[in-house]
Amino acid sequence: MNILTGNDLKTGEVVWWDGQNWSLSVHDAVDVGDMGEQILAAEEAARRVNVPYALVASRTEEGVRPAHIKDRVRALGPTVRRDLAVPTASKTGWDWVI
Amino acid sequence: MYQYDQYDQAMVDARVEEFRDQAQRRLDGKLTEDQFKPLRLMNGLYLQLHAYMLRVAIPYGTLNSRQMTALADIADKYDRGYGHFTTRQNLQYNWIKLEDAADILADLSKVEMHAIQTSGNCIRNISSDHFAGAAHDELIDPRPYAELLRQWSSFHPEFTYLPRKFKIAVIAADTDRAAMRLHDIGIQIVEQNGEVGASFYVGGGMGRTPMIAPQIREFVPLDQLVTYAEACLRVYNRYGRRDNKYKARIKILVHEMGAEEYTRQVEEEFAHLLDQGVEPPLAELERIKPFFADPPFEDGPKSVDRSDPDFALWVDRNTVRHKHDSYVSAVISLKPVGGIPGDATGDQMRLMAKLAKQYSFDELRVMHTQNIVLPHVKIADLHALWTALEAADLGAPNLDTIEDIIACPGLDYCALANARSIPLSQRISESFAKSGRTAELGQLKLKISGCINACGHHHAGHIGILGVDKKGKENYQLSLGGSEAEDVSLAKITGPGFDEDGVIKAVETVTDVYLETREDGERFLDTYRRIGMAPFKEALYD
Repeated sequence: MNILTGNDLKTGEVVWWDGQNWSLSVHDAVDVGDMGEQILAAEEAARRVNVPYALVASRTEEGVRPAHIKDRVRALGPTVRRDLAVPTASKTGWDWVI
Repeated sequence: MYQYDQYDQAMVDARVEEFRDQAQRRLDGKLTEDQFKPLRLMNGLYLQLHAYMLRVAIPYGTLNSRQMTALADIADKYDRGYGHFTTRQNLQYNWIKLEDAADILADLSKVEMHAIQTSGNCIRNISSDHFAGAAHDELIDPRPYAELLRQWSSFHPEFTYLPRKFKIAVIAADTDRAAMRLHDIGIQIVEQNGEVGASFYVGGGMGRTPMIAPQIREFVPLDQLVTYAEACLRVYNRYGRRDNKYKARIKILVHEMGAEEYTRQVEEEFAHLLDQGVEPPLAELERIKPFFADPPFEDGPKSVDRSDPDFALWVDRNTVRHKHDSYVSAVISLKPVGGIPGDATGDQMRLMAKLAKQYSFDELRVMHTQNIVLPHVKIADLHALWTALEAADLGAPNLDTIEDIIACPGLDYCALANARSIPLSQRISESFAKSGRTAELGQLKLKISGCINACGHHHAGHIGILGVDKKGKENYQLSLGGSEAEDVSLAKITGPGFDEDGVIKAVETVTDVYLETREDGERFLDTYRRIGMAPFKEALYD
């Protein structure tokens, strides 16, 4: 699946496109198919997100898993500060990140 | 230490308000990210992996307790309760909100600090010897000259858009504690025929193309130091490559042009500039110098009671000879076993500030190795200081050992990184602390970078580790034989890379080779230089 991510303009937090808005949880990310570029352009123009981009992910029983390690670290938070992890992403443990 | 005059303060305050307006326009949607990015970067505000990151300048690594306390308060109020001391003597906050950024800059300005020129293609924070003004072996205190260069380089209109970022280090001892020759310009204050002047080394650096700066001028009179630096910058600004980011640093220019030709052009420009009067007036230097005058040292005991072995070990490892024999410089390790190199909580920062006030004439220094120095501690006060540090998990006795690892933020925080650095440093320090081999290994500098940009100085590690991306997996290249000190050298790659477990085992293997082959008094680096790479490679790959 193709999903979209970026950073919240005000807070800088990592956000994921849920089909209508930007969510803090990677598990809310939806498959945008080949509409990614169009959505990104509109959202960036509307100043709703900062530096957004599209990436490949897969949906598993436990949630959405970005394909690249960098995006998995973005989804969860620093692996060395589990106390600062994004709560919704760390519900299913840490092993999937690395 | 230096205190702002009305011009310094007015400039910084004005910049805060300018940025407040810029940030508000971005938040209001009046600026695009492309328009805003260069403005935020000029104020040290990056967008990293998880959030905005603010890099605060700590000029030549010197802080007072009021400033350290302010950094702690910012960590607690605006960030997540901690900060990260960097390999260029700065501090980074990892979780900044854009809507808070101007308020943070205003708080910094109240304690004479800022984040200006901590990013962008300009002259960055001037770095120096973390023991400056305290070191027993320095010719003079280099900080007045570092401060003069700071003032000259701040908002210098000609050098705001250089081909690439530009880093300057100033030292005044033969022992290089600032990685001077791995800077764009390294300046060593020297004595020649009874006169004090400056040697200039230009074109060093780490990154993807590491180079050791060649000396281009043996002696520049101190009253022409800024003019000579200006000449070096001018030639770079004119010829430095702007067509290719990866070839834009001055090291590439000096290498491609040749040190001889580069020097010729600098000398020509220098002769021209001498007539232009760009050197700051002597009165300005004389105004600066008293800020760095010695504090009122007092005679006292010259030794400690060594009956507590833990205390004695800390004294042996973490205190350094001072120019006054009743004092030492004490290093506060930010590398507890299994900890994150360079991280300090708000509470730890406040404690270090309090201890600096109590025991070190209100002064602290940030080391490029991501530790903190209390530069002037009475030997008589060492036990009380150590006791307070121990209670706050700041008493690790590991300066310059294999547990004193430099590690960049790596893939845990950095948008540029390919692999994580911090977990490796944690596992290596835990492994060696557990095996009890740290003491046996002696001085061993291990440095880890999470990408080729080399913020973790892996090229200069006795053992260096570089994280790379290998088909979407973290992979680590091992290198040996680097040094950032006066015996400067660049580390060489051992061979094919390793996965995380593999590289930790590889570090153990190379230390085994060292212990088996070292001769009396040899550090790891000495043994490597004597026996070469072959025995290490054989042990690693055969």
